[in-house]
Amino acid sequence: MINIILPELGEGITKATIACWHVKVGEDLKEGQDVCEAVTDKASFVIEAPVAGKLVSICVEVGQEGLVGGLLGTIE
Amino acid sequence: MIVEDWGVVQYSEGLQRQREIVQKVFEGAPDHLILCEHPAVLTLGRMTNQDSLLYQRHEIQERGVAIINVDRGGDVTLHAPGQLVVYPIFNLNNYKKDLKRYMENLQEVAVDLLRNFGILAISPSGQRGVFVGPEKIISIGVGVRKWVTYHGLGINVNTDLSLFDMIKPCGLNVRMTSMQKIKGHAVPMRDVKVKVIELFKMNFLNKL
Repeated sequence: MINIILPELGEGITKATIACWHVKVGEDLKEGQDVCEAVTDKASFVIEAPVAGKLVSICVEVGQEGLVGGLLGTIE
Repeated sequence: MIVEDWGVVQYSEGLQRQREIVQKVFEGAPDHLILCEHPAVLTLGRMTNQDSLLYQRHEIQERGVAIINVDRGGDVTLHAPGQLVVYPIFNLNNYKKDLKRYMENLQEVAVDLLRNFGILAISPSGQRGVFVGPEKIISIGVGVRKWVTYHGLGINVNTDLSLFDMIKPCGLNVRMTSMQKIKGHAVPMRDVKVKVIELFKMNFLNKL
């Protein structure tokens, strides 16, 4: 199981809102494929799949805030 | 840094060209600074509230204004001829990977630009975008992929401000203004482009 993590986005940024998921749970992913987008401070950051596999869970839904370093979803 | 002036380009074509450059810059090409104008179009950022459109979609389209969903932060904004759109496509992997700092630097450039034209503008704390008094003059919305930036600034130079009546710009209850409105005459777009390029070359990259 590989975790999708909200990366460090800059000094003082502790969280970001998930604006969209490009993949549904159960769908296959290629490494580097767009998985979701996190928005902070009028900047949208594209988060890509760290590995190929299947998206098995979404931990932060659209409109919810994720914490930097926190789990957004998992790939198997 | 490579500077490209695309002139007037359809929004969707410009977006595709931005994406191609983002990939090239990620692969090692120099940073790019793109200048252009778009035919009238409403772009809906990732955080767009549907209440930000004050007309029905078909009414907006009947006015000849396209509506496009885009992968940048922020709410709805309008691009139209007379608005200088600036797309810095910079590889932050080569600088500091800090979105807040990048956004603050963009705002500084925007305020400095206006000061060079005798316009005193501010960036209120807690808000992105640049204001003259209560009116907004420059919108900011950014996308980042692999730490390469795209999207950027919409600078209302000689924009037809009546077009903004269709929306709550950036989701805010604000009126928009332009350099033309403040100065009382049209401002040469060429002069604004020259100053934008100078500010990005002189100030922006040094601060990243």
